[in-house]
Amino acid sequence: MALLEIRNLNVHFATSTGTFHAVKGLNLTVHEREVLAIVGESGSGKSVSMLAAMGLLPKSATVTADAMTFNGRDLQAMSDKDRRAIIGRDISMIFQEPIASLNPCFTVGYQIEEVLRAHLGLGRAQRRQRAIELFTAVGIPEPEKRLGSYPHQMSGGQCQRVMIAIAIACKPKLLIADEPTTALDVTIQKQILDLLMTLQEDTGMGMIMITHDMGVVAETADRVIVKYKGQKMEEADVLTLFEAPSHPYTKALLSALPEHATGDRLSTVSDFLDPATLEAAR
Amino acid sequence: MTVVLEARNITRDYATPGGMFRKGGTVRALKGISFKVEQGKTLAIVGESGCGKSTLARILTLIDPQSGGELLIDGEQVASWALTPELRRKVQIVFQNPYGSLNPRQKVGDMLMEPLILNTKDSASVRRDKAMAMLTRVGLMPEHFNRYPHMFSGGQRQRLAIARALMVNPRLLVLDEPVSALDLSVQAQVLNLLADLQDEFNLTYVFISHDLSVVRYIADEVMVMFKGEVVEYGTRDAVFDAPSHEYTRKLFAATPVTDVEAIRARVARRRAAGIGATV
Repeated sequence: MALLEIRNLNVHFATSTGTFHAVKGLNLTVHEREVLAIVGESGSGKSVSMLAAMGLLPKSATVTADAMTFNGRDLQAMSDKDRRAIIGRDISMIFQEPIASLNPCFTVGYQIEEVLRAHLGLGRAQRRQRAIELFTAVGIPEPEKRLGSYPHQMSGGQCQRVMIAIAIACKPKLLIADEPTTALDVTIQKQILDLLMTLQEDTGMGMIMITHDMGVVAETADRVIVKYKGQKMEEADVLTLFEAPSHPYTKALLSALPEHATGDRLSTVSDFLDPATLEAAR
Repeated sequence: MTVVLEARNITRDYATPGGMFRKGGTVRALKGISFKVEQGKTLAIVGESGCGKSTLARILTLIDPQSGGELLIDGEQVASWALTPELRRKVQIVFQNPYGSLNPRQKVGDMLMEPLILNTKDSASVRRDKAMAMLTRVGLMPEHFNRYPHMFSGGQRQRLAIARALMVNPRLLVLDEPVSALDLSVQAQVLNLLADLQDEFNLTYVFISHDLSVVRYIADEVMVMFKGEVVEYGTRDAVFDAPSHEYTRKLFAATPVTDVEAIRARVARRRAAGIGATV
């Protein structure tokens, strides 16, 4: 059975210059044990569609969908209270800026124990025990000591490990990683991606990897959705996408990779796409 | 070939403040950096955050003085106590984040003309013509002259930052991660623009980056830095084909590969473990 299923998702934002159609008719299915990558450039609506599924968008957004179910339960019909019981527990999310997404006023230990208290209702000693286990699992050295650290005392990579520990604290069924390595160095990126993939393989959770980096897609995904300007351009398994991309936009993205450069200039998206072909492809 | 930029054993120390219970000390951010760049060539500097790349960029652009060693621009020794406007005109910089490096309250035209006011005796109409010409040269329109930076996208802003740097006809352009904040397709456009401008003006680039695929595409020579030291320095092909230092190999191993065979192997491994797409 599908873990998360979204049919015809539309998101509109009310702005001073009229409504902006950020996500246009997105269909998406994620199963257990698989990694779905959503790839696209900034403004393509990849983060917004996930925030919509989690109900985290501001009031200026109008979310409509024909169906939006998690594990067979309708996310749209349920009360806020029921939804809160799922979000953060069965579905959890990792954000792009690890240092910005942790609260600078509290120790990382407090922040991870807060999740354990809110969702699992563990006692003080159990919480601490579990927090140490989680820190060990994500590879933070000297976890007992580190629980008392504030986010500014840790590096970006360490903060992202803390975020991952918080996200997996309640053994989620679905993990949404929104550009988890964009702010990190390439060596740290490798470590974080390896960690996420190991956790995914060990627990068999479903994962959605939101990224703009084709390299990250190549290293993590099973299936890929390519988005452009709020629309889905292509959906394929990862091998097909890299081997034989069918949509011109995907071809353009792949050829804009510097490692695929032929000759002394890179091809850009506009070499492949003019508005007419894009229109025709819809 | 003329050597535009030469560094000889450059060091840079930063003082760490002492506290009530701690003595102040010094941190050596650069531990003797030496290199040469010829005119019209690109030297790429690669390394992780905190390795001293940006410290070096600040020294090369004469923003900060070095603590020790010699810096030569066009064969001329740079003395930090006697910086001439001519020398400063020769080196310009483009920063990483085009959202932070442009003054939001200054119109594009004024931003482009400001270096001319400071550095040349051009009349107002000449300045205006030069700015208009530069806008077209970097792929923008003359009508953008009277707009503010917030009206532009990230890629267009980076074009503006490049245009501003080129206004005084520099010999050397220091590019501090110029494309790492940009989307893939926009990144390709800006890299192409940089290559065009290099051909046209015979510019010399020092290109700071952590993205090895970009470096491989744009660089003639590559210098890998690690904790303030140069661990690898050579031509692009030499460094990429046979990296000699352990850190360089680690860096290469960490770079994601988009090679179809590697993906096929990964998918097969996951399938064997019973993980991955089942449909």
